[in-house]
Amino acid sequence: MAVSLQSRVTVIWAGLIVATGLSWQFGHGFGFGEKIHYATVAILIITFVKIRFVFLDFMELRTAPWPLRMVFEVWAISVCVILIGLYWLGV
Amino acid sequence: MSSASALPDSVKPRLPGETGVWMFIIGDILIFSLLFSVFVYDRAQEVALFVEQQQLLNQTLGLFNTVLLLTSSWLVALAVHSARTGQLSRARGCFGLAILCGIGFVVVKYFEWGEKIAADLTIETNNFFMYYYLMTGIHLLHMVIGIGVLIFLWQFVRAAECDAQGVGVLESGACFWHLVDILWIALFALLYLMR
Repeated sequence: MAVSLQSRVTVIWAGLIVATGLSWQFGHGFGFGEKIHYATVAILIITFVKIRFVFLDFMELRTAPWPLRMVFEVWAISVCVILIGLYWLGV
Repeated sequence: MSSASALPDSVKPRLPGETGVWMFIIGDILIFSLLFSVFVYDRAQEVALFVEQQQLLNQTLGLFNTVLLLTSSWLVALAVHSARTGQLSRARGCFGLAILCGIGFVVVKYFEWGEKIAADLTIETNNFFMYYYLMTGIHLLHMVIGIGVLIFLWQFVRAAECDAQGVGVLESGACFWHLVDILWIALFALLYLMR
């Protein structure tokens, strides 16, 4: 169990690094060409997916009582949606 | 017998760390989410200025600091798992490396701020740099407290037998450090990447 947990956090860390690299690329014009607004939306979604995995696997909310986990799940989704909405005001 | 009590210990829901730490974390992320929202709203009012000023940030240093913090968070998670399984020497090593990553972040931030101030880009320059210094400054305060917490945990693992109570102390401190990581993940996207 302990070994599998350690392997899991290592896989999550590698995924977070890859996601950071992907966000970086999107922020520098990769993949979306002139559609920079869609690139920013993708960056924000990736950001909150990364945050969710830190909550679940580094902070161990995956095995926490469900009400606490829900607080953080709802927070991540809500803030992501609000930020995308506010960003879109300036598009 | 309830369904929860019928589960083996390894899959029973459990709260890592102290309840008070979670209350603090919830309060902190709510305050930061307000700050993030105000930033993105104000950015929408002055898009051209924010995009232009963002180009003056050192993107490479921002990316490097993100990798440092993600790695430190991973090391802290490994340290807690190691302490739980009695691998105290490994736990100490992981906490030690996480502290070095944290110090590295602060040193990079020192040079990044120094570079900006030398170029006469201060908190009074414009709204973008007002938010830049405000948000990275509050985060830096969290970093310094977090490094203090990690040094305490590093010492704690040296001195303490890691029984259930001891592991609870490690989990509480670790969760604070992960909070610092989470705030930076969001700040990196908002300040450095969004266009």
